[in-house]
Amino acid sequence: MPEVLHAGRGAGAVVVLDAPLSFWGGVDEAEGTVIDVHHPQRGAPLAGRVLVMPAGRGSSSSSSVLAELIRNGHAPAAILLREADPILAMGALVAAELYGRQVPVVVLEPDAYAAAARAARLAVTAPEGDDARLVPLPAP
Amino acid sequence: MPLRLDADERAWLDGAAGPARRLAMRLIVHAARNARAERLRPITRAHVDGCLYHGPVSVDFARTLADAGARVVVPTTLNVSAIDHLHPDLFRGAARIADGARALRRAYAAMGCRQTWTCAPYQLPDRPAFGEQIAWAESNAIVFANSVLGARTERYGDFIDIAAAITGRVPDAGLHRDEGRHARVLVQVRGVSATERTRDLFFAALGHQVGLAVGGAIPVIEGVDHAAEDDLKALGAAAASSGAVAMFHVAGVTPEAPTVAAALGGRPPERVVRMGPADLAAALRALGGDTDAPLGAVCLGTPHFSVAEFRRLRAALAGRPIDSSVRLYVSTGRDVLAAVAAEGWADDLRAAGVTLVTDTCTYLTPILEPRPGAVMTNSAKWAWYAPGNLGCQVVFASLEACVESAVRGRVCHDPAMRELTGA
Repeated sequence: MPEVLHAGRGAGAVVVLDAPLSFWGGVDEAEGTVIDVHHPQRGAPLAGRVLVMPAGRGSSSSSSVLAELIRNGHAPAAILLREADPILAMGALVAAELYGRQVPVVVLEPDAYAAAARAARLAVTAPEGDDARLVPLPAP
Repeated sequence: MPLRLDADERAWLDGAAGPARRLAMRLIVHAARNARAERLRPITRAHVDGCLYHGPVSVDFARTLADAGARVVVPTTLNVSAIDHLHPDLFRGAARIADGARALRRAYAAMGCRQTWTCAPYQLPDRPAFGEQIAWAESNAIVFANSVLGARTERYGDFIDIAAAITGRVPDAGLHRDEGRHARVLVQVRGVSATERTRDLFFAALGHQVGLAVGGAIPVIEGVDHAAEDDLKALGAAAASSGAVAMFHVAGVTPEAPTVAAALGGRPPERVVRMGPADLAAALRALGGDTDAPLGAVCLGTPHFSVAEFRRLRAALAGRPIDSSVRLYVSTGRDVLAAVAAEGWADDLRAAGVTLVTDTCTYLTPILEPRPGAVMTNSAKWAWYAPGNLGCQVVFASLEACVESAVRGRVCHDPAMRELTGA
């Protein structure tokens, strides 16, 4: 069953990261692109995308970077993980408390994660609890 | 079992202690539910990372709490700022960032936080005791508290750090609990040992490889029989940069690992990783250890330089000045700087051309004078983050080789590098 770390809805093109990413030092705070020079997807835009990545990593400032991206409109539309990341979930919660904007953060089981990573576009509906739904969307 | 709150905690969540405590409780309860905690646990102190300016959200959040009358209920220290509040002229970035940093200083001071401004709160007097339950943010401080001090903190980040300080509570989960502190991965170091000359490189390279190998799991490292605190600081900071390591054990060295079996909690490891000279050589290459480039600057003190490291710096300089073509920066905490200044060392170092930076760090904010050439460092954390943050080329070497290079004005290759890797 998927585990909803932060509730919300979001839809967009899927961007799949092959390695864990620290948002702090790894994502540009103004534009939402991957700037981690060690990361295989360096340069990938995350703004408005459904971000599919195995895990968060490193810095405890990643909560702030995600919250800032949500505030300035350059956050991912949804974040789908294979492993829980409390630091990203906290960033999503604070942005919701301060600005009323919800970016869902969901942990998926291996099969669902693999399916999400194969999709081109996804709509994510993640209410409180464990019944998040991922629906593939047609190309725009 | 769902999360159970006591009567006080329920009242705070309902707003009985005001809107600030209510917001802080909402964050703690959200984290507790995600961690599947069954209850909250009191803490005795906190270390806050959210005082670093990342944009308007940093200030909006701190002001929301401070304006609502939030006060910390446990002794609370502050991590680094975006600027050096003692030497503000060192900051070369945008005025809006400096303004944001000052707004954060006012908001966190209003909440009763101590103005420590250091990423190495374990260097302050009165540091956490073995077994103490604390809420620390900043990845290198977290890994040091758990691994070296045996204090207990989860991997806290921005926002939940001050929420824990305001409520005095954290989720009873993860590294706060005995079973959450056992190692899962056994790292066997073979065919290499750290001599006095190679210890910087050894611990940084080992930490880098451990972070890559274990991700967020707890490793127990076997085959390292001696380590100073600054060595473990370097190991942990490296492992928390290349990976998400919040705790490591070194068998026979760190306090919860009298033996490998004890660190593993009596269970077999889920994975065994072997590391030898070739792995350390790979780490040193990845960090910039084989780069040959003109030298522009040297950056030391990531995490913040300790008094012992200042002693080594002075010994390596041996009274010689820095070459006029190079800048040498040392980042440190203001409390350590005060201790060093009391010895007369700060004046000596400045006279030799060293720039002493407090309250912040050269890898995360514009401090370096813009000039051509690579930047040399002995910090794996600096080497990991600076290319993305600052766009500079990094040369990785021991503290002694960094200092020698700064004095001579060119990259001096590190004989210790060859000694360590056998290359």
